[in-house]
Amino acid sequence: MSTLLELSGVSVSFDGFRAINNLSFQIGEPEMRAIIGPNGAGKTTFMDIITGKTRPDAGSVLWGEKSVSLLRKSESAIAREGIGRKFQKPTVFEAQTVRENLAMALKNPRGPFDVLMHRKTPEGAARIEALAEEIGLTGQLGRIAGELSHGQKQWLEIGMLLAQAPRLLLVDEPAAGMTPAEREHTTDLLKRAAETRAVVVVEHDMEFVRRLECKVTVLHEGSVLAEGSLDHVTKNKDVIDVYLGR
Amino acid sequence: MSLVQDSGPRRPFILRHPSVLLFLGALAAFTIVVTILSEAAGLGLVSTSFVKTLGKTLCLCLVAVAMDVLWGYCGILSLGHMAFFGIGGYAIGMWLMYARTEAIVADNLAAAPIPPTPQEISDAIGSQIFGVVGSSEFPLIWSFADSLFLQLLAVIVVPGLLALVFGWLAFRGRVTGVYLSILTQAMTLALALYLFQNDSGLRGNNGLSGLQNIPGWEDWPQSVVSLVFFWASALALALGYVLCAWIVSGKLGSVIRGIRDDEARVRFLGYHVESYKLFIFVLTAVIAGIAGALYYPQAGIINPAEIAPIASIYLAVWVAIGGRGRLYGAVIGAAFVSLLSSWFTGGGAPPINLGFYTIQWTDWWLVLLGLSFVLVTLFAPKGLGGLVDLWTERRRTADRVGDYGPDKGAWRREEGEE
Repeated sequence: MSTLLELSGVSVSFDGFRAINNLSFQIGEPEMRAIIGPNGAGKTTFMDIITGKTRPDAGSVLWGEKSVSLLRKSESAIAREGIGRKFQKPTVFEAQTVRENLAMALKNPRGPFDVLMHRKTPEGAARIEALAEEIGLTGQLGRIAGELSHGQKQWLEIGMLLAQAPRLLLVDEPAAGMTPAEREHTTDLLKRAAETRAVVVVEHDMEFVRRLECKVTVLHEGSVLAEGSLDHVTKNKDVIDVYLGR
Repeated sequence: MSLVQDSGPRRPFILRHPSVLLFLGALAAFTIVVTILSEAAGLGLVSTSFVKTLGKTLCLCLVAVAMDVLWGYCGILSLGHMAFFGIGGYAIGMWLMYARTEAIVADNLAAAPIPPTPQEISDAIGSQIFGVVGSSEFPLIWSFADSLFLQLLAVIVVPGLLALVFGWLAFRGRVTGVYLSILTQAMTLALALYLFQNDSGLRGNNGLSGLQNIPGWEDWPQSVVSLVFFWASALALALGYVLCAWIVSGKLGSVIRGIRDDEARVRFLGYHVESYKLFIFVLTAVIAGIAGALYYPQAGIINPAEIAPIASIYLAVWVAIGGRGRLYGAVIGAAFVSLLSSWFTGGGAPPINLGFYTIQWTDWWLVLLGLSFVLVTLFAPKGLGGLVDLWTERRRTADRVGDYGPDKGAWRREEGEE
């Protein structure tokens, strides 16, 4: 397992408030990692920094075998490097069909003229079918995404992430608002994804994290408080004080 | 619908989109009927000036289609696209005015005892054109006015370049929403104010005139010229419509609708959103330029008031009333509102006497238009184009909706279609 993404000494403040404070973090490929922490611990800012939405004041973010810095790249260039992000609220294109949503996400040249001249291929169609099968939306391809249930939208978004064929998946609270059965399906999806790539899951729900069976990083006030297996971190005194004790 | 599209061999674009075919058919029928009824080619039931009005309306429909791609599909509410329309008009107007003046001057000087030198001809043309603004020098921007080819090129290149520079600055700075709309208003206002100046080189508030006289076509009566431009406008609208329909129906259309609905999400999918916006902005500006170049020879005159901010707001109103996000809606809106507008403001509508007050439509038309804009936005966001949905929905609901049989395990309609 080689290191895929490495953040070191990253800090960022908003109007004097230190959202991220000298944070260091590493993830390999393939690996599943859960990030937990109380509200305001900096989980979302952490994702914003990796995906280029927020520029840190200090520190470095290095990517891949060649240790390329991500700090100078635009959001879209970072996405093309192979980092996919799923937002907390399901954000799919509700006015378009499931098929169009997946087709848009499918790994293909991203320039305007490439897209203008794009023609549907049998391979692309097969890939979309396979993805739909994986996320349990076979037979729903022609439906407008806005008509899907909350859980189906979450899966569609995960499907769109997989379609991008990313090397790193950032997933923000995937199980929020799901029924127990839907949660189980989501866990399976993420576990399968983590077999071949790096997956970072931000989650509040301990039960969900336990089912992921992976290493856990606890964030607090913008830096790493503890890291290790879920049992290990839940026994950590600092963690109990700031998070679990509440 | 999309299920059907994806199966089977690939059919030509137009056949896969019946609404495009329907539109082209309607446009062709309209063009032929007008031709038959016109003075030049047929019964003479439609006057030459009305043929010109219809031809101009087709140009407005074309720019409205471009606006719909930009606003209805990509979500960029530009309130400055009539600036590009005007630039197209100015670009072709310069050649029209130059070439015609040159012919007149050459005629006059031919009678002189000594043959004129090229310098004398040039000076004479200059004082003819720029006399009204107290000058006889050719400004630098008229350098290519003698070349039809170069001025036609300018119809495309100048709006395209302006849109490229403006769009690059605006989109790179992530200016969106109402701020972008205000910025585009500022652009068209600045351009109009500049052109109002006498030393702008384009005859200040006099603008360019006599554009209905096409050099080389002196022997043709206006009834024929009007018909030629009417046909050219219809052709341009047809081509522009097919191009835009092709763009918005493919994957690019999917991406730009994604940008309209959730820009950040598209960015995280790896698409460089700014390039897409710039592409659509420049493309629609070029279409607007071409529409303008066909419009002003039919109008006969162009002056800076044509690119005042209000013109671009009208454009947005047409598209809103016609129905955003469907190309035929933009055509319906532009044709309906602009023809109605010329009927009301041209004194066609009879004044209404309320006893204590008489409503003169020349004064009250704008109020009526503004009111209908507000009402459409609030109560019928789909616009006039939404009426088509009423018709197609009714056909759909007349069809079977639920299960085929009475019990739960019966075949559903979806299965029955396969």
